[in-house]
Amino acid sequence: MEDNRSLIIKRVSRWMAPFIFLYGVYLALYGHLSPGGGFPGGVVVAAAFILILLARGEPAALSKIPYAVAKELDALGALLFLGVGLAGIGVSGVFFANFIQEFLPGQPLEWFSGGTIIINNVAIAMKVAGSIFLVLYFLSVLRISGEGEVGFSSLEEK
Amino acid sequence: MIIAAVVALYTEELLSAVIALGAVGFGSSGTFLLLRAPDLAITQVVVEVITLVLLIRATMVVGSIKTEGRQRYLPYFLALLAVLFLTTFVFFSFAEMPQFGTPVMERFEDAPSIYYLLRGLDLTGSANQVMSVLLDFRIYDTLGEATVIFTAVLGALTLLRMRGRKQLDGG
Repeated sequence: MEDNRSLIIKRVSRWMAPFIFLYGVYLALYGHLSPGGGFPGGVVVAAAFILILLARGEPAALSKIPYAVAKELDALGALLFLGVGLAGIGVSGVFFANFIQEFLPGQPLEWFSGGTIIINNVAIAMKVAGSIFLVLYFLSVLRISGEGEVGFSSLEEK
Repeated sequence: MIIAAVVALYTEELLSAVIALGAVGFGSSGTFLLLRAPDLAITQVVVEVITLVLLIRATMVVGSIKTEGRQRYLPYFLALLAVLFLTTFVFFSFAEMPQFGTPVMERFEDAPSIYYLLRGLDLTGSANQVMSVLLDFRIYDTLGEATVIFTAVLGALTLLRMRGRKQLDGG
């Protein structure tokens, strides 16, 4: 079933995926300057991997982002987000205090501005990218394994 | 958008219902863009694409099911009654509301939004005010949201991996 995918789709997805990935990273990193932010950035990054998953199959996608990496990305993003909040207690005494902006204010409209907002955006992007890719991956694993009684085919009974 | 939503509800083919649902999503994304909320529009487009891909894929696996069933009139009657009931209330409350698109702070001088807009750049250094609200002033909301996503994904993976584990250990 790997061979019935069209050559054009495989080729074009190979060229498109890096750019989609880059755009997602850009959305997350420049979320404090332009429209975007962690959540859309993370979803776009996940979309790049989902494109590979759908166009070139499961092994190609897993060679780009192994299952363990996606899992750790999800958990690390959540931990980083929480860690920033706890660091706010340690430095400024308030949960989620923007301590970088207090002590090291950047020039507005430059990239280094906004303090912890950049870190939080990156953390959310990691989390969302990992988790959305994982959900899509699990759904497609169930489909490929084709075991009748689980997955989508169970919808047929209703 | 409303037409597409009605089509999605009443069409017979599952696949065309999914596609009509996609039209609703892209229409709402365009609406966000017209209301000058590009952050929301980007998110809506991306999530819509992924959801559409997922739903179409699911539909292909399930195959085309035609919905069938007897026409029942009691639900329609109840729905009509509810719509009439709500419309009377909404009609009177719309008369009290400000014109569509008027900022809240023009009516209430001490609304928090004016504080966010005036002091946001000093206090957070973020040029995008949406981010300064999401990730600084109202970050507890974002923390709760992240927790919701984390829990939802955890639950989804727990349910879905029951048969998938074999493939995971191999690859």
